[in-house]
Amino acid sequence: MELITRGAVITEPGNAVENKTGSWRVFKPVINYEKCIRCMICWQYCPEPAILKLEDEKTKKETPAAKDALKKLPVVQIDYDYCKGCGICANECPVKAIDFVMEER
Amino acid sequence: MNYENEEFFAPGHGMCAGCAAPIIVKWILKWAGPNTIVANATGCLEVATTAYPRTSWRVPWIHIAFENAAAAASGVEAATRAKGEKLNIIAFGGDGGTVDIGFQALSGMVERGHNVLYVLYDNEAYMNTGIQRSGSTPWGAWTTTSKVGSANPVGKLRPKKPIAMIIAAHNAPYVATANPAMFQDFKKKVQKALSTPGAKFLHVISSCTTGWRHDPSKTVEIMRLATDTGIFPLYEIENGDIENMRITYKPKKFKPVEEYLKPQGRFRHLLKNPEYVKKLQEDVDAWWARYGHHYHP
Repeated sequence: MELITRGAVITEPGNAVENKTGSWRVFKPVINYEKCIRCMICWQYCPEPAILKLEDEKTKKETPAAKDALKKLPVVQIDYDYCKGCGICANECPVKAIDFVMEER
Repeated sequence: MNYENEEFFAPGHGMCAGCAAPIIVKWILKWAGPNTIVANATGCLEVATTAYPRTSWRVPWIHIAFENAAAAASGVEAATRAKGEKLNIIAFGGDGGTVDIGFQALSGMVERGHNVLYVLYDNEAYMNTGIQRSGSTPWGAWTTTSKVGSANPVGKLRPKKPIAMIIAAHNAPYVATANPAMFQDFKKKVQKALSTPGAKFLHVISSCTTGWRHDPSKTVEIMRLATDTGIFPLYEIENGDIENMRITYKPKKFKPVEEYLKPQGRFRHLLKNPEYVKKLQEDVDAWWARYGHHYHP
């Protein structure tokens, strides 16, 4: 958008996705899929939202999980383009499957 | 229709890392779905989600001044009614824009009975302008206008306005307090509010990592403690019937108030004096002694 619109109306819904807020991050959450029970609590509480819920069969089957039976469930994936590194996901994870490590750039 | 897997609130906004308000907003929009219009009072949520020329909102959204989110939402609702459209009209306001500056417009909206859901995300001070005290700041909290020092070792000297009770006293069809950390209770209340005709009011606690002075990762944990200590009770009131209010969640065993105070820098000074902690605990105990019988498991 080049010109100022009348009444400063923003005509493109959700175009905040152009702001890559992942650059704010100091600490980085990393999901340890071997431990993940796919409970979706991190997805539920991510304030960005920067945790994706992947539901395609291939990803569900091929991503490691704490137990094989869990592979029917959707997979969570962190979107590092937007994750600001607040750490709520790591703090709320009931099985401590998210490591919170220093960001390296 | 279930829109839980859709995002009507886009990432890329400028809310602080660890802010609870986007958690509240993203879920309310998921439960409301795409047929929704939002009026947003001035505040963190408005400023940080719509830095021109970009917006996080994927539903029609209007920014309105601090004082008139409820008035604008009333107008939008009246217009959709005149056009025969059935939409969810939702107003979001912070505590400054709701319990102080926007109170008159909110009171009018409820009195006129507009079919609007008003959501207060309560971070207990004017966080956007620099942590000034509001009518919703609790007793004993440090803010930049209730500073702590030798002249005033307490911080804010006045208690928090009981805004949910005040709106309920307008005979609003549905009023509830909610906490995103108690997720199922939060969900039930939003859905109940959306399906109730008339003016609805939700008072939702919203932790502020900047103003409450806590680690951003502790946001949900601290909100959970607010309810588990009894400081932020969860209840609902229908049609102004305060006598028959329902407490919807009661911790099996209340945690001592210190557990809520300890992780928050805004209360650090209170821990130095056992009398202050005792006073806060007594206030909580008094609330539950007065209203606790409204819990029916």
